[in-house]
Amino acid sequence: MKSVHTLISRIRESEKNGYAFILPYIIFFCLFIAYPLIFSFILVFHRWNIVTPMEWIGLRNFIRLFQDPLFARAIINTLIFLVLHIPLQIVIALFFALLLNSAIKLRGLFRSVYFFPVVVSGVVVTILWAQLYNYENGLFNHILTALGFSAIPWLVDPAFAMPSIAIMATWKNVGLYIVLFLVGLQTIPSYLYEAAEIDGASKNYQFFKITLPMLNPTIVVIFILSTIGGFSLFIEPYIMTGGGPMNSTLSAMLYIYNQAFSFNHMGYAAALGFVFALIILFVVTLQRRIMETEDYST
Amino acid sequence: MTRIGIYILLMVGLIVFGYPFVWMISASLKPELEIGALTLWSSDFSSKNYELVVNRIPVFRALLNSTIVSVSVTISVLIFGSMVGFALAKMRFFGKEILFVAILFTMMIPFQITMIPQYILMVWLGLTDTYLGLIAPYAMTALSIVLFRQFFMSIPQALIDAARVDGCSDLKILFKIVWPLSRPVIVTVGILTFMTVWNDVLWPIIVIRERSMMTMPQLVALFVTGGEAEGQLGAMLASATMLALPVIIAYSFFQRYFIDSMATTGLKG
Repeated sequence: MKSVHTLISRIRESEKNGYAFILPYIIFFCLFIAYPLIFSFILVFHRWNIVTPMEWIGLRNFIRLFQDPLFARAIINTLIFLVLHIPLQIVIALFFALLLNSAIKLRGLFRSVYFFPVVVSGVVVTILWAQLYNYENGLFNHILTALGFSAIPWLVDPAFAMPSIAIMATWKNVGLYIVLFLVGLQTIPSYLYEAAEIDGASKNYQFFKITLPMLNPTIVVIFILSTIGGFSLFIEPYIMTGGGPMNSTLSAMLYIYNQAFSFNHMGYAAALGFVFALIILFVVTLQRRIMETEDYST
Repeated sequence: MTRIGIYILLMVGLIVFGYPFVWMISASLKPELEIGALTLWSSDFSSKNYELVVNRIPVFRALLNSTIVSVSVTISVLIFGSMVGFALAKMRFFGKEILFVAILFTMMIPFQITMIPQYILMVWLGLTDTYLGLIAPYAMTALSIVLFRQFFMSIPQALIDAARVDGCSDLKILFKIVWPLSRPVIVTVGILTFMTVWNDVLWPIIVIRERSMMTMPQLVALFVTGGEAEGQLGAMLASATMLALPVIIAYSFFQRYFIDSMATTGLKG
């Protein structure tokens, strides 16, 4: 009883306008967050094509999912993309951030050009790179053959297609991470370097013992941001390859999209989304764990 | 490393990140046979590719659709985001802490889970192929609320109390007194929201099937993949250039704001 009383009195003491201010969000929350979460949890146990009534099928969607070679392929493709994309991105971003940090003149100009692909639509970047990657007529193969190398089947060969997309995605996103590294570099106090200088530490030694450890928080942020971003890889393969050649660029997101909106397998697609979300959660948590323990050891 | 070495490498970066866009614009003006060439110059620049794009697909309608949707979402996110942020930062009411935790939690829900039920909701509400269908699911965002809350925490309570004593309503306090002091966060949230919505393709592809309602990135993606471009490289690049142009113009004026907005939220996220 007492707790009910305190609850009521706390609500009475509250500012009524507080509730008025959050009311629109509460409605939004129920419609676009709570309802979809609950409904997707119901959907995963059904077979449904939107038109006919829903049919309860228990765990059959999940059984089918674990035997679906294409879903396994899509998950592996997405992981391959991440494994190529993230290290490439971190190394290139750090490289340019270090260059920019030591250049004073024109820094703003360089930074804004490097950042430009970040603000442009992925659709533009993908259309542009599809031309650059073109086997017979693309800019890259023109350069390669002019230099005396043989042309690379960028998007035609299943072994090259996903790496090609990873390179393009790195080019598109790296500007953001250059800026984040630059911010990180500027927070490192200069007395650390001065002290190291006095002790006679070499530039390399300073980089590995001061710069890298001090940038660790930035690296963690970049790792997690680009993991989450990489898991939603969709528009690039959708436009560039349609998931081919031979399903080598079929990303998990593209597969879920196809199941839901090309084949109308709503229940199955919901189950795929559910399992995929669990995989994302697992990978991100694992990354956090590993990076945080690394943090303690330094 | 020498100073000159650094600048040479930075120039290489300039070419790597900038040249493809210059090449795209030049290639979109060239005749089909010259597109593969490395050089930017052509003896017969023409607007033929653009004419083809404009004749085949409703580009201007799509630009209008994109503008309507992005502007509406941005206004809505600014108004409602700041209201909730203000309530969380400056008002006392029961359930505030739970609400804030719930909002933080929503930031972790992947779109992969919600996109299908959200689409079904749109079908039930009859909102497919409408502006509202494109706007509603983005009308409020957790990120904007969190950014507004954080900024409003730094505004002195005394200012708000003084306004209350003078008889100002809470809405007036928020929009007449607090908003003018909040330019940085309004710019950040505004740019981020506008850019996200302008560039989004996945949600439009899901809810819009009718050509006259498509947003610009969606229409261009369809043009390129759906066979309407008939394999004409020049036309594809022209459509991509038309999609990029508004962003190129906005970016060249406000680049500092773009970079700062994305960098600050990147670090907080």
